[in-house]
Amino acid sequence: MEIFLQQLVNGLTLGSLYALIAVGYTVVYGIVQLINFAHGEVFMIGAFGALATYLLLFQGQTALWILPIMIIGAMIASVGTAVLMERVAYRPLRNAPRLAPLITAIGISVFLQEFVRLFFDKVPGTDFPSAKAKIPFPQIDVVTGRAFHPMEGVTIQRAAIFTVAMLLLSAVGLWWFVNKTKLGRGMQAVSQDPDTARLMGINVDRIIVVAFAVGAALAAIAGVAQGLQITNVNFKMGFIAGLKAFTAAVLGGIGNIQGAVVGGLVLGLAEAFITQYTGMLPDPFGQFGGSSWKDVWAFALLIVILVFRPQGLLGAKVVDRA
Amino acid sequence: MSHAVHESDLTRPASAPAMLEVKDLEVSYGKIKAVKGISFTVGQGEVVSLIGTNGAGKTTTLRTISGLLRPSAGSITFQGKRIDDVPAHEIVVLGIAHCPEGRRIFPQMTVEENLLLGAFTREDGEIGKDLQEAYELFPILQERSKQPAGTFSGGEQQMLAMGRAMMSRPKLLMLDEPSMGLSPLMMKRIMTTVRTLQDRGTTILLVEQNAQAALRLANKGYVLEVGKVVLQGTGRELLTSDDVRKAYLGED
Repeated sequence: MEIFLQQLVNGLTLGSLYALIAVGYTVVYGIVQLINFAHGEVFMIGAFGALATYLLLFQGQTALWILPIMIIGAMIASVGTAVLMERVAYRPLRNAPRLAPLITAIGISVFLQEFVRLFFDKVPGTDFPSAKAKIPFPQIDVVTGRAFHPMEGVTIQRAAIFTVAMLLLSAVGLWWFVNKTKLGRGMQAVSQDPDTARLMGINVDRIIVVAFAVGAALAAIAGVAQGLQITNVNFKMGFIAGLKAFTAAVLGGIGNIQGAVVGGLVLGLAEAFITQYTGMLPDPFGQFGGSSWKDVWAFALLIVILVFRPQGLLGAKVVDRA
Repeated sequence: MSHAVHESDLTRPASAPAMLEVKDLEVSYGKIKAVKGISFTVGQGEVVSLIGTNGAGKTTTLRTISGLLRPSAGSITFQGKRIDDVPAHEIVVLGIAHCPEGRRIFPQMTVEENLLLGAFTREDGEIGKDLQEAYELFPILQERSKQPAGTFSGGEQQMLAMGRAMMSRPKLLMLDEPSMGLSPLMMKRIMTTVRTLQDRGTTILLVEQNAQAALRLANKGYVLEVGKVVLQGTGRELLTSDDVRKAYLGED
């Protein structure tokens, strides 16, 4: 029973992180049918943005009130990066064959990783550490520190609670934005029929920028959450997290926002439970368990989903443009 | 002096001052020219019909006026302002609403959400009033205001698309094949509504394959064939013209 509860906690924590990032893939795909493979780097840059904010303004402090400012710093870095990449790299390719922006995305991804790795300690006017190695992420009162033990054998990290809480907040905020604001309705209209949306007076270019920005803001939150959880950041952290979140978005049904959240949570839980319980099987099966196998199981799940339910769990919203 | 003015008045076509003037318009899809230099005018308060078979360039012309396509040559002037390089989302603000071919309602949104999207660019406080007006024009929309529009029949979707176009308070309403695929009864219903809008003073540019219905409503008509205007005249003139009767009204 403790094992089950512990994996439930682990799965939800991991899943919340995936969900926060997955929204960015799905929102952008829903508007421009582009898989932005550089989105993992937007998440990584969010973590570095939070770190930079801390190093510049609050070095050595741990008070909780610093955290919202770090999140704002993370969002400025992530949203700035995402909006810039849309403007410079994707917009000129809007009418190019699908393959062109996809390859561009991979290029941007490599560019951003290398840029952070080589340039972080050379930002003028700062004495940031080199990003060639892992950099410790600041620890903040209340959200990091002594873990909770609600019962024997079950540990809940403070950062895990923070992650799940941020997902809940973000999901509610996103729901409100998409359904209750004019810009959100414009987004829905563009995702259903871009040409007709233009006839309604909706500026599609602007909606696309908004989609990139919204996804980046959530990825920034995820970057902070990840930093607090694993207590360090590095320039490669966006790669696997991005792939997993992409898997989550496909799992839930790419283009569908609720799907991204559900897909993230399902993937996190599946990863936690499969690695745990496979490890407990008798030989020769037991060797396929444990955390070193978790990526294998996650992507195996992706393949199974693509074969048997390619539209994802909640089904992508395929619009019939008759 | 006064004599000269008089003479120029005589040579001008006997219609209202042009609200929309399309001049020598050419539009291409890649290397294929779909519209090959057409000219026509729509006067304030008029109903103007463009008729012609499939591939005549009617839909392309409307999509170019509303900014979804760009002309390769020629000009489009609306209320004295060149609009052929204005982005589509700003053309709505100038006062042109385009009710597209195939209705193109937003299927996953409710009727009311669709109608409100029609008023997307408006900031005034009278959107609620216009919503009521759209419901009065088409009572069925009010009965189903909370239903997803994708569940509607073709005729109901057409009503919704027209109501949505009217929500922007257009000076010029462009209707592309409003009767396409509708039952004769529903077609009549839609055409009656066009007449109602006309009586209220809406200027309408109507594209139809159903030439008879379109010409009966029209002050002016233009017959398009493979990207060119081949005939023009008042609605009545075209209805009684032998060429039009043979080619488009199925008579011999």
